[in-house]
Order: sequence, then C-alpha cells, then structure tokens
Amino acid sequence: MIPELGQFALVLALSAAIVQFAVPLIGLATRTPAWIGMARSAAQTQFMLVALSYACLTYSFITHDFSVSYVAQTSNTQLPLIYRISGVWGGHEGSILLWVFVLAAWTYAVAIFNRAVPADLHARVLAVMGMISTGFLLFVLLTSNPFARQFPIPLDGNSLNPLLQDPGMAIHPPLLYMGYVGFSVAFAFAVAALISGKLDMATVRWMRPWTNVAWLFLTLGITLGSFWAYYELGWGGWWFWDPVENASFMPWLAGTALLHSLAASEKRGVFKAWTVLLAVTAFSLSLLGTFLVRSGVLTSVHAFASDPERGLFILLFLLLVVGGSLLLFAFRASSLQTNNQFALVSRESGLLFNNVLLIVACASVLIGTLYPLFLDALGLGKISVGAPWFNFVFIPVTAPLALMVGIGAMLNWKRDSLGSHKIVFTVLAILTIVTAVALTMLLPHFHFGAVLGIGLAVWVTVTTLYGLVYRVRNKRKKLYALTHTPAAFWGMTLAHLGIAVFTVGVALVSLYNTETDLRMEPGDSHEIGGYNFLFEGARQVRGPNYSAAEGRLVVTRDNEPVTVLKPQKRIYDVRRDTMTEASIDAGLTRDLFAALGEPLETTGSNREMIEGAWSVRLYHKPFIRWIWFGAVLMALGGMLAASDRRYRVASRSVAAPARKDTGSSVTDSSAIPAAGRLAGAGGVDGPGLGGRGLDGRGALES
Amino acid sequence: MRYLAPLVVFLIMSGFLARGLWLDPRELPSALLDKPAPKFSIPVLTASTEGAVSQFSPDDMLGQVWILNVWASWCGACTIEHPVIERLASQQLLPIIGLNYKDQDLAAQQWLNRFGDPYTHVPVDADGKVGIDWGVYGVPETFVMDKSGNVRYKHVGPVDQEAIDQTILPLVKRLQESPT
Repeated sequence: MIPELGQFALVLALSAAIVQFAVPLIGLATRTPAWIGMARSAAQTQFMLVALSYACLTYSFITHDFSVSYVAQTSNTQLPLIYRISGVWGGHEGSILLWVFVLAAWTYAVAIFNRAVPADLHARVLAVMGMISTGFLLFVLLTSNPFARQFPIPLDGNSLNPLLQDPGMAIHPPLLYMGYVGFSVAFAFAVAALISGKLDMATVRWMRPWTNVAWLFLTLGITLGSFWAYYELGWGGWWFWDPVENASFMPWLAGTALLHSLAASEKRGVFKAWTVLLAVTAFSLSLLGTFLVRSGVLTSVHAFASDPERGLFILLFLLLVVGGSLLLFAFRASSLQTNNQFALVSRESGLLFNNVLLIVACASVLIGTLYPLFLDALGLGKISVGAPWFNFVFIPVTAPLALMVGIGAMLNWKRDSLGSHKIVFTVLAILTIVTAVALTMLLPHFHFGAVLGIGLAVWVTVTTLYGLVYRVRNKRKKLYALTHTPAAFWGMTLAHLGIAVFTVGVALVSLYNTETDLRMEPGDSHEIGGYNFLFEGARQVRGPNYSAAEGRLVVTRDNEPVTVLKPQKRIYDVRRDTMTEASIDAGLTRDLFAALGEPLETTGSNREMIEGAWSVRLYHKPFIRWIWFGAVLMALGGMLAASDRRYRVASRSVAAPARKDTGSSVTDSSAIPAAGRLAGAGGVDGPGLGGRGLDGRGALES
Repeated sequence: MRYLAPLVVFLIMSGFLARGLWLDPRELPSALLDKPAPKFSIPVLTASTEGAVSQFSPDDMLGQVWILNVWASWCGACTIEHPVIERLASQQLLPIIGLNYKDQDLAAQQWLNRFGDPYTHVPVDADGKVGIDWGVYGVPETFVMDKSGNVRYKHVGPVDQEAIDQTILPLVKRLQESPT
C-alpha cells in the first residue's frame, strides 16, 4: 500500500510540476495575475508530494519491504537502520528520486524566500524550475520507477554495496545533489532574464546568495567525496580524475566562475551576457554529469548502464533544456550587453582573468573526460586519459589563478593603478620568497617544488590579508572598520585563505608522502617518516553485518607512544564482499595510515589463520588534512558571503529601489501592481533568504 | 552571431554523446580471434618482500583452457569488474591469469591486497609491449584461450556476470570438452 501511495504521490507531483511551469507562462502571456501567482502554490504542492513520495520509499526501506524490487536490490534485513535510510540513494532509482526531492526543496525555498522578487520574474523562475522538475519526474516515472513491485517476493535483499556503508558516503550524495541542483536556481534566473531580455542589478543580487549556497554545498560534497575516497578506498590518494569525480568538478569550476562574474555584474553591470552564459553552463554541466554517470557512456560499467533508454532520455532532456536555453541565449544575449567601460587594471579585469582561467580549467577537464568518447565515436580507437594528463594541464592553469587572487580582490572597480602598490607588492614578494624558503628548510628534505607550493600559499595569504588592511587604510577607527566590514568581504577573505591552505596540502602531500607495502609478522616493526610501527598481530572481530580480521599496530616516535592503529579486513555477510577498513591517526601536520592486506602464507593448512604474517600497508601523509581543511574554509567563506545582510535588506526593500537603479524596469508596467502586492506580503514575514534557512534544511537531510 | 557559438559547441558535443550511446565500448573485433596468441615471457608480479622473480609465458598454459584478464591499479573500471572475476575464480573452473598492464608494481600489489587476488599468476607488462602484441585497446580486457593457445574470445571493457554466464562459461565448457 505504502509504495503505491509513493508512486501515486509522484504522479501527482508531476501534474503539480506541469501546472508550475505551464500556468504561470500562460498567465504571463495573457496578463492574468491569478495565473501568474499559481507558480508559487504549485511549487509548494509539488514539494509536499515529492517529500511524501520520498518518505514512502524510506518507509519501505526501514520496514524491509522486499516486494519493492529496488529495496530488495539495495537493502537487507541485517543492514543497520542508518544505512537503510541512506540506502534509499544507494542505487540508480533512489538517487534520481533524491535528485527530484532536492530540486523540489530548492524550488520550495525559492517559492517562499524570494517574495520580494517582482511577481513576473518570480513566476518565470519558478516556471523554469518547474520545467526541470517535470523532466526529472518523467524520467523517474518512465524509466526508473523506484516503487516497482516484484513477485515472487524474495526472503531477503541483496544488501547495500559495502563501499557505501560508511557515514561519509551516506551524506556525500545529498550534499553533492544540493550543489548540483542548487545551480538550477541561478539557471532559472538566467533563463528568466533571457526571456524578458533584461538582467538588472537587483536580479543579479537575488541570484548571488542562491549561487553561493549551491556552490558551498557542492564544495562540501566534493570534499567529502575526496575524503571518503582517501580513507575508504585505501589508496592513500585524495583525487583520481575519474570521470565521476570530474562530473562533479566541472560544475564546481563553472560555479566558481559564476560567483565571481556575478560580483562584477551586480556592482558594475558588466559581463551580463557572460554571467548568464555561466549560469546556464554551471547547471548544464550538472546535467551533463548526471548523463555521464547515469548513461554509462563513459564508465559503461555500472549496473544501470544496461539500459540505454535512460541515457537517451537524459540526452533528449539535455538537448531540450541546454539546447533551448542556449538558443534563447543566441537570440537574446545581445540585449543584455552593456557598454560600461573599465580600465585594464581594475577589479573587472581581475574578475575577467579569474573567469577565463577557471573556464579554461573547466574546459580542459571536460575535454579530458570526453576525449576517449570523441576518439571512439570517430572510430580512432579507444584510450583512457589518466591523472598525469590532468595534472600536466591543470597546474599551469591554476597557479596563475592563485598568484592573482589576492591582488585581484584588492583592486578598485573601474580603474586602478598598480603604481601605488608597487612598493608593498615588492615587500610582500620578498617576504613570500624568504618565508617559503625558510619553511621548506624545516621540512625533512629540500624540494624546489615545495618552495613553489608554499610560496604560492604564502603569497595568497599575504596578499589577501593585505587586502583587508588596504580596505581600512583610510579609516580612523581601524578596528571598528574591520568589525563593520560586510560579511561578504569576510567570506571572500576566508575562501581565499582556504586556497592557501589547500595549496599547502596538495604541494606537501604530493612531494613528501611515504607509502610502503610490506610483509609483517607479529613482532616486526618498520619506520617511516620518523614513526615506528610495531605489528602485534591480528585477531578475529565481529561487526553488525560483517566479520573482520583486525590488526594491531603500536606506533611510537622516539620511543614515546603515539597511537595504536587497528586496521580491519572485513567480509560482509550477505554479498561476501571483502573490504579494507584502513586505520588512520589524523593530525594537523601528518596522517598515519595503516591498512591490512592479505594474510600472506599460513603455517599449516589453515587458510583462516590470522596469527601469521600479513601484508601491511603503511602511509605517512604530511599535511594531507590541509587539503580538506582548505576546501572547508572555502565553503565556510561561501556561507559567510551568503549570509551578508545586504542580500536580506535587498530582498526586504521591495522592488522600488530595484526599479530605480537602472533605466530598464524589472517588470512590465501591467504587472507592477501584482509585484507590489506580493512584495508587500513578503515584507511582513519575509525571512532572510539564502544561507541560514537553506542550511538548516541541508543539515536535516543529512 | 557570436552568441550562437555556445549552442554550436553544445550541439557538436551532443552529437558525440548521442553517438556514444549507440557505441558499445565493449564490442571490438579482435584480429587475433581463433589465431595463436602472440608469445611473450615476462616477469610475474612479486610482493616487494619476496625475492624470487619468476617468468610467465602463455606456453606454460598449453593443454588448459584459461583466461587472460588485463587489469591495472589505475583503472577504475577494473575495480567494478573485480568482484565478478573473483566470483569466477572462486568456482575454480579454470586458471585466470591477470596481466598487469602499464602499472607500477607497488600500486598493483596494493590493489590486489585491497580487492583480493583471484589470479593464478600476475605477469607484469610494465611498458605495455605485450598489450600491443595482443591488441589491448583499453583496460580491462578479457581473453578466453583454448588448450592449444588460440584466442577464442575477447571481451573489451569490464566483464559482467551476464557475460560470464551467457558467453564465457558456455564457451569455456565447450573448449574444455574438446580434445585440443
């Protein structure tokens, strides 16, 4: 009964989504305020229905309803409750339902938070989002129904892939989807701007916090994925340039570019067409990522690859949504163009530079990811593009980005000259070189690469901090000026410092890490990175749904105890998959990492023998935490920026100033009364948009 | 119309994506089909702790039906294929040789430690020369060999359970029953 209810709710959600896009568009065309206003209630209804449907699937998981074939494929009676809840998105059908759910949640947030947005624009935005919802709901219902029943009913399910039975992996997809799907808001605003042929500063200001929040979720999602790969896959690496990783990285790069170009568009009204294009690109890349992962064009290995129907559906949807919006762009973009001039040395140029590099980086990832497919399609053979190529292309593109980060953020809008900063920059450059060399001396051995990496990080730090000082240079009360610096500025500073931290991590771990793979008998010890690892043997332990051999390694440094590592080799009961659970002692300056390989040879015939020798992997990873710490700083920066008072003030103070600040009015004259009415209603209970409200929802879902 | 450029780029890309949907990355002809496999003799992967280096040559396998599975630690698809290979190995129907392709020994050993080692032998093709002789397009790839050392079947890309059950195992059974 419950699964049928879930499916029925999905069908109703589809109708609500169709209403959400069709009715307001007709309303706009025929100037019927009641129809325009439908967008909001339809969006809210759609959200409730999708949420109900999602709850039904979760219920089927929790109660072990194996008559639902998706549940039987991905769950099992032995699976702990938490993984039954996260197991909902452990397979194709459920992931797509989660995607739909997240999209509905964003739509809902847009519907309730942006009441100050003029009714026309609001209706257009919701209509565009409704169109996307319609596509994805159709996708679920036609090709990937999670509620399909099966008969006979199996006694027990197939269980969840043990790789996914991990807290990090449990919340990784929702975070990632919050990011992916979050770009749909910016996309919807961009398409709405193209439809109306106008993109004024107020609209750009409304886009910014949404983009920030989506971006910060994507940042966290990618970071968590990287962290998960590090400790769960046990390769000691943190990024593999695998197509699925690239699929999430491309929208991130485009989204980062978008964040920056939005700043220029809002403050100076420049790059409008470019900003719109970036908003379309960021979301298109999210869709492309979904296509690549779900269709099996590249990986061609996932279980869901067997269904080309799904790939075709997404491709057609991609053509419709992306092709349609780019077609719109081709015809309308010229009307967005402005002729605001700026000098070669100016904040605008800095942001343009940033955008060009980010897009080049994004394009190189895209080309690297699709190159095998291009060659294959042209019949030129099959190849795979690996990490060396990406590293080779990527570092030269991103290094100048880091070089410019602090300086660009400091420049004045419109016109600036570097002349006045010459002395300061020379001093900072010398300071950077000296500090970088000195810090490298502290490391176990000297690497020129380390000087470069640390130098880059120090340069980012000093120029960013100098930017802060420069900002308050003319203020009499410096401390007061600092504490009254807008949150957005602090957010930027924090995010840029995150780049510095990240750079240190990447540079040092790639240059100084030690990895050894050795055979250890109980009593053997081995030293890496100044730490001594004593292997005390392994014993059998039992977990909720697995049994494991657990090794014990006592780590000492200069005969002082540091920690005891207990890596496990697990065998899961149902699927009989073996999994290595590495044991990691984390630290600010280093991680100690131990993983258990195979029991090597055994004394006697007993294959289960665990007292004997094992192959053991030991890693010493200096500064690896800095990579994720840096990324988290970037996300925090995004959060801070999204919480800036200015956005809330902007959305409260209704459309009036928005209409004033540019010659081109936001709304058509006939719709202004409706806008006023709606905005008035929003003014009373209008909560702050963006950051906090959404954040709370994100936390709930995880 | 410079604003048309993004659309054009996108449409070209979509063309490739659409083509990609109809391409089965697994279906590739092998020039070697039903011909004797190229000879080679290369060292076998040894754990860094074990001293003895031994060699592997297809000639060692004469008289047996066997499978050559090309893999590498850097290959993501191999990780997904691996449980299927392990399941096949656990049935102990035939030897499975894992040709380690363009890999580093340490990484390869770590990979086997992590995911399990289903292979009878793991010859190391560090520079990919054997791969060229055998016409390896990408990793993973799987060859079924008959008793007299001919390539009888080639599967490009990860083998799934369906391919094992419906194509490979029936073929293996037939080959094992035939005298040569």
